[in-house]
Amino acid sequence: MDNAPADEVRPPTWSIATALADNMIALGDWTLFALHAVTGIFTRHMKFQELLIACSNIGVGSIGVVAITGTFIGMVLAVQAYGEFHQIGLETSLGAVIHMSVVRELGPVLTAVMLAGRVGSAMAAQLGTMRVTEQIDALTCLGVDPVRYLVSTRFLAAVMVIPILTIFADIMGLLGSSFICLKVYGIDAYHYWEHTRAYVGLWDVFIGLTKSMLFGGAIALIACHRGFHCAAGAEGVGKAATEAFVISFVVILALDFVLAMLTITIQHWIWPVAAASAI
Amino acid sequence: MTEPPEAALIRIRAATVRFGTQEVLRDLSLDIHRGETVAVIGESGCGKTCLLKMIVGLLIPNEGEIEIDGKSLKTMANRDLTALRLRIGYLFQSAALFDSINVFGNIAFGLRAKGGLTESEIADRVRMRLGDVGLSANVEAKMPAELSGGMRKRVGLARALAIDPDVMLYDEPTTGLDPIMTETINDLILQARKRRAMTSIVVTHELRTVFKVANRVVMLSPLSRLSDGGTQIIYDGTPAGLKLAADPKVREFVEGYLTAS
Repeated sequence: MDNAPADEVRPPTWSIATALADNMIALGDWTLFALHAVTGIFTRHMKFQELLIACSNIGVGSIGVVAITGTFIGMVLAVQAYGEFHQIGLETSLGAVIHMSVVRELGPVLTAVMLAGRVGSAMAAQLGTMRVTEQIDALTCLGVDPVRYLVSTRFLAAVMVIPILTIFADIMGLLGSSFICLKVYGIDAYHYWEHTRAYVGLWDVFIGLTKSMLFGGAIALIACHRGFHCAAGAEGVGKAATEAFVISFVVILALDFVLAMLTITIQHWIWPVAAASAI
Repeated sequence: MTEPPEAALIRIRAATVRFGTQEVLRDLSLDIHRGETVAVIGESGCGKTCLLKMIVGLLIPNEGEIEIDGKSLKTMANRDLTALRLRIGYLFQSAALFDSINVFGNIAFGLRAKGGLTESEIADRVRMRLGDVGLSANVEAKMPAELSGGMRKRVGLARALAIDPDVMLYDEPTTGLDPIMTETINDLILQARKRRAMTSIVVTHELRTVFKVANRVVMLSPLSRLSDGGTQIIYDGTPAGLKLAADPKVREFVEGYLTAS
């Protein structure tokens, strides 16, 4: 993108145009990379044993941190919301509000953020190190497509494992908030659970888990892309890991907004009255 | 009636390689014939490793083209390129062993990718190649992180040789090794050539390696040290002729080595 001679005076918009063009090129490159990796799950490069290892790396190590996050988020929501709801005498509705928030939004988003930090950065650093030490080139030389061998497995593992982690976070959030509401604040359990059952349904769980699968896929593809395009040296690997987290974080939030708009629209088509009351 | 000269196995035609605005190779042409062992020498940054990476299709030249067995890499279908790569063994400078797989898995990797062998045949081939590079079956279960620099190079060589390549590319095979291990690796290169007729390209800084294994030497000059219009290949001849070369840059390189040794 640097075609102008060094001594030429550039207009102030030059750097903006250059940055924009570079970002568009990077987005195009990522799209091709993602398509190549996603189609790779249907090829001979997908090895069951490698998939199991990737699932274990992503899932087993993340359970503890996801459980702690889910529990505390549920408890904090209960503590923050109780005062307001108590003043207007609606504390038995707390279950519906907190559980809806956890199942549809906070469970999937916070699990994805934790995964981006713990697993996304590790993926970028691992693949970045493989790039720097020529292991990715060695794979190519030995007749293996490195994107399909390394990325497709990680992508599929992330998409498969993150809904399980999200369910875990949801359950822990539900237990944490229920403990505070029922045991600490002494809210009537019967009405608390009745309100929850009336407002939180399978559709909400489905929306939350679908979101989490999309977040998981995005995290794996972003992290692996950063790793594959890692610059030389320890600094390059560190930068790739940081970028993987920052880009994943922003994409998770942006994707969450787009999916929220989309699901509300779909809900409006299927159940017009319920959607209107949700808005 | 004289026979027509045999067509070159590897033909590099007017290849130019740039990284951003920095040109590393410019208009480079080189023919390598079947059975030759060509040592490519030159100062750091002259494009020796780029040359190897172009031959195996890891690097696509910005201009010019590479032909192997008369087929251009540029127009080759992905499947053909993969098949071609499985005819080329590549010993990387850092050995590039897969650090999450043990020694056995590393050597067996190319054989499994190539297909056509049972697991017991693969195991036999792995042990045979380990023996060829002077390592016992005890190292099979070790992870790359547990190996010394010389052992890593030898495992890398065993992995490259396991696929029975027609062409072997060595990227600085002896750099960073002690003199005894350097001699061991040089001997292994010679033995590999004796066991199986193959074309080899050895990128190196070590003239000891050049004089021991090569039957042709190509010396490249960095573009920054070339006058306009000059060719990047400043020497192309026998190892013995290297000491008699008239080019001051070649003399400087050889005399530097002779003084140091």
